[in-house]
Amino acid sequence: MAGKPKLYYFDGRGKMESIRWLLAAAGVEFEEEFLETREQYEKLLQDGSLLFQQVPMVEIDGMKMVQTRAILNYIAAKYNLYGKDLKERALIDMYVGGTDDLMGFILIFPFLSAEDKEKQRAFIVEKATSRYFPAYEKVLKDHGQDFLVGKNFSWADVHLLEAILMVEEKKSDVLTGFPQLQAFKARISSIPTIKKFLQPGSQRKPVPDDKYVETVRRVLRAYDNMKAN
Amino acid sequence: MSGKPRLTYLNGRGRMEPVRWLLAAAGVEFEEIFLETREQYEKLIKDGVLMFQQVPLVEIDGMKMVQTRAILSYIAGKHNLYGKDLKERALIDMYVEGITDLMQMILVFPFSPPEAKAKNIDSIKERATNRYFPVFEKVLKQHGQDFLVGNKFSWADVQLIEAILAVEEKIPAVLSGFPQLQAFKKRMSNMPTIKKFLQPGSPRKPPPDECYVETVLKVFKK
Repeated sequence: MAGKPKLYYFDGRGKMESIRWLLAAAGVEFEEEFLETREQYEKLLQDGSLLFQQVPMVEIDGMKMVQTRAILNYIAAKYNLYGKDLKERALIDMYVGGTDDLMGFILIFPFLSAEDKEKQRAFIVEKATSRYFPAYEKVLKDHGQDFLVGKNFSWADVHLLEAILMVEEKKSDVLTGFPQLQAFKARISSIPTIKKFLQPGSQRKPVPDDKYVETVRRVLRAYDNMKAN
Repeated sequence: MSGKPRLTYLNGRGRMEPVRWLLAAAGVEFEEIFLETREQYEKLIKDGVLMFQQVPLVEIDGMKMVQTRAILSYIAGKHNLYGKDLKERALIDMYVEGITDLMQMILVFPFSPPEAKAKNIDSIKERATNRYFPVFEKVLKQHGQDFLVGNKFSWADVQLIEAILAVEEKIPAVLSGFPQLQAFKKRMSNMPTIKKFLQPGSPRKPPPDECYVETVLKVFKK
């Protein structure tokens, strides 16, 4: 019995990916159980393991935690990635809220029709370059520090790097015009725990493919009719 | 210049209502600026006060806070409504997030087309009675305490009473079959700060009507 956190989700990014990123950034090893069949999911339901009948679910410190944000908050605080006081936490929460909204547009992307995917790709790039990236570019420019909040590496940095990389997967040159973010990306990517996570063989999951979409739809019996933003 | 938190939003519930509830429950007086025109909104953007060009905006303790969850977490933390340690905070976060998912259905309801409204009410009823209310009924039954977490009033209790009342507005008998929640509702409604908030003349906003929907569409013109 390891005492390592155990993640219950599909073998793919979805809502669990931010949790994998944060645990990895904190240098915390974790185990994963991948949902592949409806029966597995129904067993979790019957066992009463899923408070609101949903995954992600993370077993950590004797709790069966659900709700992505609750899980992330707990990990961030436990591993000192949540700022030093209430005001730093407020900044981190604001920044994470923004990157969460941005990554939310990407989350639904694999479930869209081919035609809607093109629309959504344009929408993601537009929001990233006109709303989100400028906000973080300004934060970094204004204080000139290496990290977003309080001169210390925090959850906000991890989340922003994750978001940057995801948007780049949709448009590779999207950071043109954002020199602060380019430097930020290089800096944060070279932090040892993150560098390790970005290497092949880590628990980072690849861009979702049709097989992933099919698995989610089959296991949850949902998400058949998603529309672009 | 009062030092009171200042809320900027439309004159209606939307995403700001949980913030009004939480401040009121904590006994904190606040001011409000209501967005009525597109021009007001564009001025806020031009002035650079909306980090992601969105409201809610809450000016509090020298910060211009956006992102509803961030605002609520800050208020809860500041006013001792966030549990006594990390594990209590984890429970509060789980409960609040679940309730927020239910409230999201209510949030979008006024904007759904007329032909979808009956179906949406059914969905809200189904989720409330099969997914969310049973959880909190069980939590309260198992520990037998007055409050959801740590035997102490917290953000989770405020969020739950808000949600119960909001769902009841759509489905009046929704709490039948949930005796713990009925007792909880009564207890919370009688807490002095909440009782005051539930009285006419408080900053609590009425259920969204067509005028509210029109204003939202006009100001944000998506």
